[in-house]
Amino acid sequence: MSITIEGIAASPGICIAKAFRLQHQEYQIVKKSLTNTEEEIERFEKMIEKSKAELEALKLETSKKLGEDKAAIFASHILILSDPEFIQAIKEKVATEQVNAEFALDEIAAMFISMFENMENEYMRERAADIRDVTKRLLGHLLGVEMINPSTISEEVVIIAKDLTPSDTAQLNRQYVKGFTTEIGGRTSHSAIMARSMEIPAVVGTKNVLSQIENNMLVIVDGNDGKVILNPTDDEVKQYKVKKAAYEKQQVEWAKLKNEKTITIDGHQVELGGNIGTPQDVQGVLNFGGEAIGLYRTEFLYMGREQLPTEEEQYHAYKAVLESMENKPVVVRTLDIGGDKELPYLDLPKEMNPFLGFRAIRLCLEMQEMFRTQLRGLLRASVFGNLKIMFPMIATLDEFRQAKSILLEEKEKLQKDGIEVSDNIEIGIMVEIPSTAVMADLFAKEVDFFSIGTNDLIQYTLAVDRMNERVSYLYQPYNPAILRLIKNIIDKAHHNGKWVGMCGEMAGDEIAIPILLGLGLDEFSMSATSILKARSQISRISRSEMIAVAEKVLNMDTAEEVKDYIETILK
Amino acid sequence: MIEKNYTITSEAGIHARPATVIVGALTNFKSDVTIEYKGRQANLKSIMGVMALGIPNRATIKITANGEDETSVIEKIDEVMSKEGLIS
Repeated sequence: MSITIEGIAASPGICIAKAFRLQHQEYQIVKKSLTNTEEEIERFEKMIEKSKAELEALKLETSKKLGEDKAAIFASHILILSDPEFIQAIKEKVATEQVNAEFALDEIAAMFISMFENMENEYMRERAADIRDVTKRLLGHLLGVEMINPSTISEEVVIIAKDLTPSDTAQLNRQYVKGFTTEIGGRTSHSAIMARSMEIPAVVGTKNVLSQIENNMLVIVDGNDGKVILNPTDDEVKQYKVKKAAYEKQQVEWAKLKNEKTITIDGHQVELGGNIGTPQDVQGVLNFGGEAIGLYRTEFLYMGREQLPTEEEQYHAYKAVLESMENKPVVVRTLDIGGDKELPYLDLPKEMNPFLGFRAIRLCLEMQEMFRTQLRGLLRASVFGNLKIMFPMIATLDEFRQAKSILLEEKEKLQKDGIEVSDNIEIGIMVEIPSTAVMADLFAKEVDFFSIGTNDLIQYTLAVDRMNERVSYLYQPYNPAILRLIKNIIDKAHHNGKWVGMCGEMAGDEIAIPILLGLGLDEFSMSATSILKARSQISRISRSEMIAVAEKVLNMDTAEEVKDYIETILK
Repeated sequence: MIEKNYTITSEAGIHARPATVIVGALTNFKSDVTIEYKGRQANLKSIMGVMALGIPNRATIKITANGEDETSVIEKIDEVMSKEGLIS
C-alpha cells in the first residue's frame, strides 16, 4: 500500500529512490556487571579502531570537498579517541568496576565534558561539543546501533529526516543524494535553501514522515507539487517516471533560454540574477543563464569555523566571484549575522528576540573592526568586476549614513596607501524593515539602489515568526499590505532615478512575478534553478497587462483573493 | 629525563589547532611526555589534558620527556612549536 504525504514544495524536480533515514538517535545506556573484562576491553579497542577509521575517511573526504580547514575538526576527533588519559580511564573503569564499556565510556566522557563546559573561556566550552560528538560515534558502535552519517552514503537515496542541520547538509554527497524530505521547515528554511542550491528535489514540512517509513523503502519525492509517496505502487512509479521525463524535457526547453535576454512580449526588459552563498555557487547561476548575482550572502565566509575570516581570505573570495561573473553585476551583502545565524566565536549573549535584536548592520556598526575588515576586502576586490555593496537590516537613515561613511573612510585609506579601488561601486540597502519601506522616498535620494528582502519584510510587516508552525499561515507574500509596500519602494526609487531589485524568495515565485513585473521591479534575484523558469514565464506575458493586474490586486482584501486571481490569469 | 622551558608567543596561546598538531606528532614516540603550566601538569599525549590547561599567550611552560627516545621527542616538539608559530 502506498502512502502519499503532502508537504511544502521546497526545491523542484522529481526523484525515485530508496529511503535513507537520517535520524540522530538517543541512546539508552544500561549498566551491566561483567566477569570477563578482558574481552570487554578488547571489544572496546576494536570499536575505537572502527571509529577512527571512519573519522580518517571523513577527514580525507571533507578535505577534498571543503578544504583542509574544514577537515581539521575530524583530526581533533581522532586525537580524542587516541587520548591516553581518556581511553585509559575508561579501560580502568571497566577492569576495576567490572562494568560494560558503554557505561564506563558514558561516565568518563561526562566527566570530561563537564570539565570543559565549566571553563571560563567560551572557546574551551565549545570543545565539550567535540567530546560529545566523538563519544556518540563510539557509543553507537559499542551499542551496535547503526551510525547515521550522511557522508558515508554510497548508493542513490532519498534522505528522510526531521530536519537537516548545516553540518548534515555539508556532509551530503551530491552524487548519491537524489532528494530529501524533512518533517519540519518551510520554503525558506536552511534545508530548503540547500536543496535548491544542490539542485535536488525536496519537500519539507512532511509531518510524521519518519514514523511511516523504513530504510530502503522506495520513495518518490515530487518537489514540483510538494508530495512524497512512500512505497509507491508499480503504477505510481510508472506514472512518475513519465512526469520526471516530462519535467526533464521542460528543463531542456528552458535551457534554450539560457543565453537569451529576459523580455516580455511587449518588449519590456528586466534582469534575472541568482542568489549565492559561496564562490562555488557562481557556476550554477551562469549555467542557468543568470545575468547577475543579485545577492551574495557573505555570512557563509564566517560560518563553520573558529575565528573571523581575514581580509585576505575575504578579498580572494570576492575577487573569485567578481572575476567569474565577468563584469556582470554582483551585489554583495555585508555580514548579516544574528537572528537564526550565530557565530559561536563572537561569544554574543543569547537574546529573547534574536530577530529583533543585535544582528546584521547593528552588529557591524558596533563591532567596527570586523566590519571594516570586510569592507577593505570588498574594496580591494572591486577592480575585478562590477561590484555593488549592500547593507542589510537598515532601519533608519542614520544607520545607512554611518555605514556609508565607514565604507568611504576605508576607501580613502586604501587609496592613500596606493591601493586601487573601483570608482563605480554602487552602494545600496536591503529593504526588509517596514520603517525603511515606508521612508523609501527619503532613502531613495541617498542610496544607489534598493534590494527588497521579502523573507524578513513579510516577517516584520505581519509580525510573524516564519519558523513557528502555529502562526506560519500569517507568512503571506501576496498580502496586499506587502504588495503596497513593494509598490511604494519601487515608485519612490524610480522617481529618483534609482533601480530596485528583489532577492527574497518571492522574486522567483510564479504567482508573484506577474505582479512584480506590473509594479515595475527592475531586477529579480532567485535560486539559480528558478531563473530559466522565470525567464520563460516573463517572455510569455505582457508588461502593460500586468500593470493593470498589479493595480487590481493592490486593492484586493486578502492574500487568498490575490492568489486565486493570479492563478486564473496564469491558466 | 630532559626538561625544557618555553615561552609561548602566539596571540591565541596553545588553542585547538596547534594542540592537535603537537599531540598528533607525539603519537609514535615511546617516552612519557608531560607539560606543566602554573603548577598544573598534563600528559602531552592527551589532547584533552593539554587543552584543559588553557595555555595563553606569554605563558611559560615546562615540558619533560622521559624514555628511550626523549632526545628526539624534544627535537620534534621544538620543530612543531616553531612551525605552528607558538614560539619565536
